[in-house]
Amino acid sequence: MRRYWLIILAMILLTPLGLLADGTAWGEWGPEDLTEKLGFVPSGIEQAATWWRALFPDYGISGLGETAGYIVSALLGAAFAYLATVAYLKTLARPK
Amino acid sequence: MHIPEGYLSPSTCLTLGAAMLPVWYRATAAVKTGLEAARAPFLAMGAVFSFLIMMFNIPIPDGTTAHAAGGVLLAIVLGPWPAVIAVSVALLIQALFFGDGGVLAFGANAFNLAFIMPFAGYHTYRLLAGGSPPASRRRLIAAGLGAYVGLNLGALAAAIEFGLQPLLFTAADGTPLYCPYGLEVAIPAMLIPHLTLAGVAEATVTALALKYILKTSPDIVAAGDGR
Repeated sequence: MRRYWLIILAMILLTPLGLLADGTAWGEWGPEDLTEKLGFVPSGIEQAATWWRALFPDYGISGLGETAGYIVSALLGAAFAYLATVAYLKTLARPK
Repeated sequence: MHIPEGYLSPSTCLTLGAAMLPVWYRATAAVKTGLEAARAPFLAMGAVFSFLIMMFNIPIPDGTTAHAAGGVLLAIVLGPWPAVIAVSVALLIQALFFGDGGVLAFGANAFNLAFIMPFAGYHTYRLLAGGSPPASRRRLIAAGLGAYVGLNLGALAAAIEFGLQPLLFTAADGTPLYCPYGLEVAIPAMLIPHLTLAGVAEATVTALALKYILKTSPDIVAAGDGR
């Protein structure tokens, strides 16, 4: 088990490699990119864009640089995903 | 291929979210009965793995990016139903905390990446691996090809969801309300990066990781999948 957690830790530290890819995935543009591409923002996208405010948009942490923010986001996301799954498994284990 | 908020109509999001309810229900039943206590910690690790692998963006020559998702590796190691849960958790965390994929679009993203991908990939793998011995070259190639097929079918599903929007939902003057690109643009735009770079990355990671897991701890691999 431990060796796998070490691999996960290595993945966390290496995530900034994912920042080398400049640009946005197809279909994941923000309103500014859409204005640039289309000349307008479809109204459904405009309305939906702001109702949910993610704490760490684009895996960035305010106050940290891009690389550090990305690593901290990876660490936080890994912790959240772990805890959420453990919580899910706990609810299953409860006596019926 | 995380569909952001607003690119799909609320009705599309609702439909795909509703389609996922029986899938999550069935997956939960499978985790409850089929995932032995000793393997349960690997479900949480699988969710972490899926979350992290999606952060490794790969540059695509047209200026966009794509990434692997890990769903087929998890399906082979933990079983396809547990993989549904692990990838869904990763997608939920991405949507809620990091704005990667819409919160309303969570059901759609789960449908593509946590359902289509692991199942399509897993069944391709089973078909190609046949009764080959654990860690045989054939089994590892089957895993890689399964991962390739799974990621691409997930991308195709996302492309169809994107591409249907301008056909179904426009303002009175014909302006698209949600994703503005139709099927003829969305399908090649999604498939070309995934058929080329991201699919190869997914296949390579899946085959190498499976090789490593079968070598170091074959007992965590689902029975019948090379154990």
